[in-house]
Amino acid sequence: MSADFWFGVEVFLNGLMAGVMYSLVALGFVLIFKASGIFNYAQGVMALFAAQTLVGLQTGLIPFSHLINAIFGTEFHHFGQAAPDWWIETYSRGLSLLLPESLSLSIAGFLGVYGPTILAIVFAALVMLFFAILVEKLVLKHLVNQEPIILFMATIGLAFFMEGFGELMWGSDVKTLNIGIEQGGNAWFEENTAFLGGEDFYGFYLDTLDIYATFIAVALVLALVLFSQYTKTGRALRAVADDHQAALSVGISLRTIWVIVWTIAGFVALVAGMMWGAKSGVQFSLSLIALKALPVLMLGGFTSIPGAIIGGLIIGVGEKMFEFLIGAPYLGGATENWFAYMLALLFLVFRPQGLFGEKIIERV
Amino acid sequence: MKMRTLTAATMAVVMGVSPALADMVFPSLSYRTGPYAANGIPFADGYEDYFTLMNERDGGIGGVPIKVIECETGYNTEKGVECYESTKGEGALVYQPLSTGITYQLIPKSAADGIPLHTMGYGRTSAANGKVFNTVFNYPANYWNGASAVVNHLLDINDGDIKGKTLALVYHNSAYGKEPIRTLEELAKKHDFELTLLPVDHPGQEQKSQWLQIRREKPDYVTMWGWGVMNATAIQEAANIRYPMENFIGVWWSGSENDVKPVGEKANGYKALNFHGVGDDYPLYDDLKKYVYDAGKAAGAGDQKGTVLYNRGMYAAMLAVEAAKNAQEIHDTKEITPQQMRDGMEALVVTQATMKKLGMPNFGPTFKVSCENHGGPGLVTVNQWDAKAGEWNQITSYGESDMEVIGDLIAEDSSAFAKENKIKEACS
Repeated sequence: MSADFWFGVEVFLNGLMAGVMYSLVALGFVLIFKASGIFNYAQGVMALFAAQTLVGLQTGLIPFSHLINAIFGTEFHHFGQAAPDWWIETYSRGLSLLLPESLSLSIAGFLGVYGPTILAIVFAALVMLFFAILVEKLVLKHLVNQEPIILFMATIGLAFFMEGFGELMWGSDVKTLNIGIEQGGNAWFEENTAFLGGEDFYGFYLDTLDIYATFIAVALVLALVLFSQYTKTGRALRAVADDHQAALSVGISLRTIWVIVWTIAGFVALVAGMMWGAKSGVQFSLSLIALKALPVLMLGGFTSIPGAIIGGLIIGVGEKMFEFLIGAPYLGGATENWFAYMLALLFLVFRPQGLFGEKIIERV
Repeated sequence: MKMRTLTAATMAVVMGVSPALADMVFPSLSYRTGPYAANGIPFADGYEDYFTLMNERDGGIGGVPIKVIECETGYNTEKGVECYESTKGEGALVYQPLSTGITYQLIPKSAADGIPLHTMGYGRTSAANGKVFNTVFNYPANYWNGASAVVNHLLDINDGDIKGKTLALVYHNSAYGKEPIRTLEELAKKHDFELTLLPVDHPGQEQKSQWLQIRREKPDYVTMWGWGVMNATAIQEAANIRYPMENFIGVWWSGSENDVKPVGEKANGYKALNFHGVGDDYPLYDDLKKYVYDAGKAAGAGDQKGTVLYNRGMYAAMLAVEAAKNAQEIHDTKEITPQQMRDGMEALVVTQATMKKLGMPNFGPTFKVSCENHGGPGLVTVNQWDAKAGEWNQITSYGESDMEVIGDLIAEDSSAFAKENKIKEACS
């Protein structure tokens, strides 16, 4: 096989990886739409807010420090450190009582390196839970049984509010997010595939971060599918999605369900924000990744979790292969953005509900 | 008796107190919110802090206090135009639109209102022809100077010969990003190097295809015309494919701390063009500390000093103040009009002596503005990022651009504009 063929395969594999990253964003949309029929315009901003909170906690930033300093003339910016030494030390001591010394030492070492990040992820997840409770109490509670367009408009307002609130809370500077996963071409893949294409080919380039993101996305999807299909709460979520009033009549608490679903969407936003933020820093543009999720949703269907994954993979591979084979050589490049939507539209012609979406039959 | 006392008191007031001078108004079209806030904040802070220093230390310009009116554009063209319309009536002397999109919208308005625009390192490049663009100035450098400076740097490091070398341009797929293409194509013909164009769509968070192509084709050098998240992503992707950072050169809008810091150690060695100094090792900063920072009068959070974009804002304010001083001198009046400010800008001469006197020795290039040339000679320097020290270092002196090529392109583009808009080329 020629080097060009293997370069094509490399583009295909990278398309799959990019697709996984798109799917991570699309998942949040699907969860909320599936459970409450709301197209959550604020999902991209939620990913940004979650990532800002994560970095803030990880690096020990004081929330609203700019505001506090402006009002009181103080100079507070950092708490010092996010994960206090005593926290890690206490854990290590506790572990040494239960485990052999060498093992407890290596766990303590792991905590020393990853402790602040783990702790920050846990706290950021709690913030997203708190956020979900607030959204339910302040916004959704007042809009029960309203038209979907009203709920959609409410999420637009929420997005604008969160954009400003996030910047006020954590500042608008570009923040570096280090989650302990190395970025860059995976050396193992490169070395072990270099023999395929002769001298002109130097092995497949696969980003290590993308490989991790793939595993995380697969685990996330599996957990979500199991949760929604096989748990009582999952079934309740689906019931609420079908009909608010019918769900209420059989004793399902709409408000609890909404808190649960917005919390899960918040967790998914945290994962998406983490992965995208680690790639190019946590900054406002992170909220624009939602644009990448729209063609995925159109293609995969708004109500299917596996659809978000398959849709993401098709969009990722489709746009990268089109750019490689046609876009860059014949059209001057930068075809990915519009091609993703073209591809989604093409699918919609044949399956308006998306590949895995539920066919809506309304009797009049 | 009462009437006589009142008259006497009024006369005393009128004769004893000189009339208050109106403030000199410098609007600041800033963007502290939105996708590009991280870059807009330092510029706006630097711009405002320099004017605050002038007020606190010198009592304004020639004794006339300065008033900065800040208007938030969010880097949005419509909002930028609204800001212009809502502030021009306040006596605005000069506008820095801080966006190529806003600049294009303001060019006809500026000509109609007679209020000058200063588009330093951005905007419409051919506005350097003052015979066509009477009220627009883009000194000390423009995009085409930047494109030429990249090629000149490559010539410098290759002993003057880049024949057969390959250069890839990674650019924001917008009017801004496309600006250097024409110049680079002309220079490619002149120096016989190969140019590859790699557009990146807004906002630029996904650049895998472009960097896989670079990995495949292995160009000798890569240059970038990016903005916002596109910059950090490109530098990260370059690091990911282990592209040699010293062969990667960004324009001045791709060369701030915000672009390299998210990449960490791997951004070490990345180069970027610039047309002003970096860091805070200038005597001016002592005055800023004394009169602005320590006095609690710093703009914003007061945490941007010495950054590339803060220095750029400060430099823009310095050039505005020098032009205003010029205008006062030329027209022999303290209270200048926008038209007089324009004259001050057109007669601006910045020498080493000027900069030394201002506490900014070697901070920027020396240049002279004229009616024929509103862009200056296009002297540009190259900075390199030292990731360990967390600072930019200036690695070349201010070098000249290839004005032979650029001059022709400016003449061609500005004449086309003049023809289209029925403007008669002339110096006022």
